[in-house]
Amino acid sequence: MAVLTSPPRTRPRFGPQAGLVAATRGVAFTGLMLAGLGLLIVIVGANFLTALGVAALIVGNRGPQDSHTLLALVVLGTGLGLARFAVLPALLGIRGLARLTRQLAADWCGVSIPERYAPRPDQAPSFTGRLRWLATDPATWRDVTWTAANLVAVVLAALSAAIIATGLIEFIGPELTREIPPPAFPGNTAATLAVLGLAIASVGVLAAPALLRAYGLLARSILAPDGEAELASRVRQLTRSRTEALDTGAAEIRRIERDLHDGAQARLVAMGMTLDAAGQVIDTNPEAARALVFEARDASVKALAELRALIRGIHPPVLADRGLADAIRALALDTPARIHLASDLNGRPPAPVESAAYFAVSELLANVSKHAEARQTWIDIRYTDEMLRIGVTDNGHGGADPSRGSGLRGIERRLAAFDGILAISSPPGGPTAVTMEIPCALSSPKTSSC
Amino acid sequence: MRVVIAEDLFLLRDGLTRMLQAHGLQIAAAVDNGADLLAAVTADQPDVAIVDVRLPPTFTDEGIRAALAARREVPGLPVLVLSQYVEQLYARELLAGGSGGIGYLLKDRVFDSGQFVDAVRRVAAGGTAMDPEVIARLLARNAGDGTLATLSPREREVLALMAEGRSNAAIAQRLVITERAVAKHTASIFLKLGLQPSDDDNRRVLAVLAYLGG
Repeated sequence: MAVLTSPPRTRPRFGPQAGLVAATRGVAFTGLMLAGLGLLIVIVGANFLTALGVAALIVGNRGPQDSHTLLALVVLGTGLGLARFAVLPALLGIRGLARLTRQLAADWCGVSIPERYAPRPDQAPSFTGRLRWLATDPATWRDVTWTAANLVAVVLAALSAAIIATGLIEFIGPELTREIPPPAFPGNTAATLAVLGLAIASVGVLAAPALLRAYGLLARSILAPDGEAELASRVRQLTRSRTEALDTGAAEIRRIERDLHDGAQARLVAMGMTLDAAGQVIDTNPEAARALVFEARDASVKALAELRALIRGIHPPVLADRGLADAIRALALDTPARIHLASDLNGRPPAPVESAAYFAVSELLANVSKHAEARQTWIDIRYTDEMLRIGVTDNGHGGADPSRGSGLRGIERRLAAFDGILAISSPPGGPTAVTMEIPCALSSPKTSSC
Repeated sequence: MRVVIAEDLFLLRDGLTRMLQAHGLQIAAAVDNGADLLAAVTADQPDVAIVDVRLPPTFTDEGIRAALAARREVPGLPVLVLSQYVEQLYARELLAGGSGGIGYLLKDRVFDSGQFVDAVRRVAAGGTAMDPEVIARLLARNAGDGTLATLSPREREVLALMAEGRSNAAIAQRLVITERAVAKHTASIFLKLGLQPSDDDNRRVLAVLAYLGG
């Protein structure tokens, strides 16, 4: 479930305030570097100690001293212990740092870095299973590479802060403390030193946003997945959405079959029997026959009503007749809440997309009237850049939890079959904003033939 | 009374023709598409046109568009639209003109030929015939409205029948009460809903439908 986060901020603007903020953020990246260093030491240490222990055992076996062997065993044991208990958490920690770096690169540097990890194995796997999961994921090695490269790369992020500090401490600091600095170059006075210090600090401030962005770009060059990883991830995603689409389709057909069997079909059988009974008594008891015929008529009305409801659930006629916007308008007319609809749809999406979008909105409106206690709902249908976007916003009390409601999961599954996504923002207290995006083409509007 | 029927399914067209003839109505023309309907209403000047929503060539809402086009062609032409399903959206579009002589009914209603012919005559006379399902959905949608909640159950029944387009006499017959009782109920309903009372049946219907947002 995609949860709406604030969109990546655009490239930082130049200016003193932006520069100082960027410099501070650069320093913050140093913290990430230090944490990464710690985790690297754990991993490298485990390998080093294991290797050292093995080497010492081999060397020690040639000599007679038991103390050497004992020491070698202790070293080997520590190495293996670290490998067994600390390497996995350290790798996961590095992954956490890399994810944080991606998030911060988007928020602070204006550089968005795609994230692709192999999905976590479903059941709680063994140690080796988890190790295989991490070790076979190229993303893990990208993360580790970045953590190592960051030991040097972080200089780029922290450089601006260093320049600013140099300017302030070296030149203005002594002036404030009234220490006379040594004559560094001809014409050295307190005033020129102050100006020089300010100039250096300004350079740092001015360069900070660009340096921070360069750092973000550097991070992207290492952390972004390559084409193969993209493809592998896409194949995984398609396999999953195809399976879900087939399952949903099969379940839907079973439901329709059951409804027809228990509903209209059963009523038709009953009607046939009633009419047969009427035929039996029509000569002997015309009154009874007439009552039976009316009974059969009423049964046919009920059968028709059931068929109508069923058809509405399969493919609402108004959707077939008028397309998405009018179908949603018709839906809105049947909903108690006040609904404001805006649509710039100029043509019709492919029928399956139309249907998925319609039922998604229908489900969302049902949610609104069931849970949100909203007084008003806004529906916004737009088509831009080959993308159908539908926003459903209500002024209810919010707190919609996608992980709890099966309805939202169902919508997400249905949209996934079209590479569509669902994003929801529903803070407690409201408002709830649901946005759906489905990539599709539009056919030209149907021309009236009348 | 002369009727034009536009219905693409032969069995239904034939059935409707026979049923209306059995009730003494005269069938001026029975056609199977929108273009022929337009030709028939201009040529035959019928008292009422009965139109199926789904007609060739698109088999979508052709009938609604044909009905509206026919009313533009012959202003005030009473039109009764039949459909396998009813949508408030279409009811709105049909009523949007603000004049009477409009009917919108489920096809099932022809099963009760007496009631159906009543509706045809009502529409032909410039009245309204809205399907009970449309009205039920309008009422359900307005269920949260505080004013509607002040109506008694009997008054709500009367309101629904009134919205369908029935006269006081028809409502009285349906609910097995006197016409005077119906008049009392309608007066009370109009007072509670803050509507301008009107002796004109059709204006009364339109006011009620407008109140319900139909």
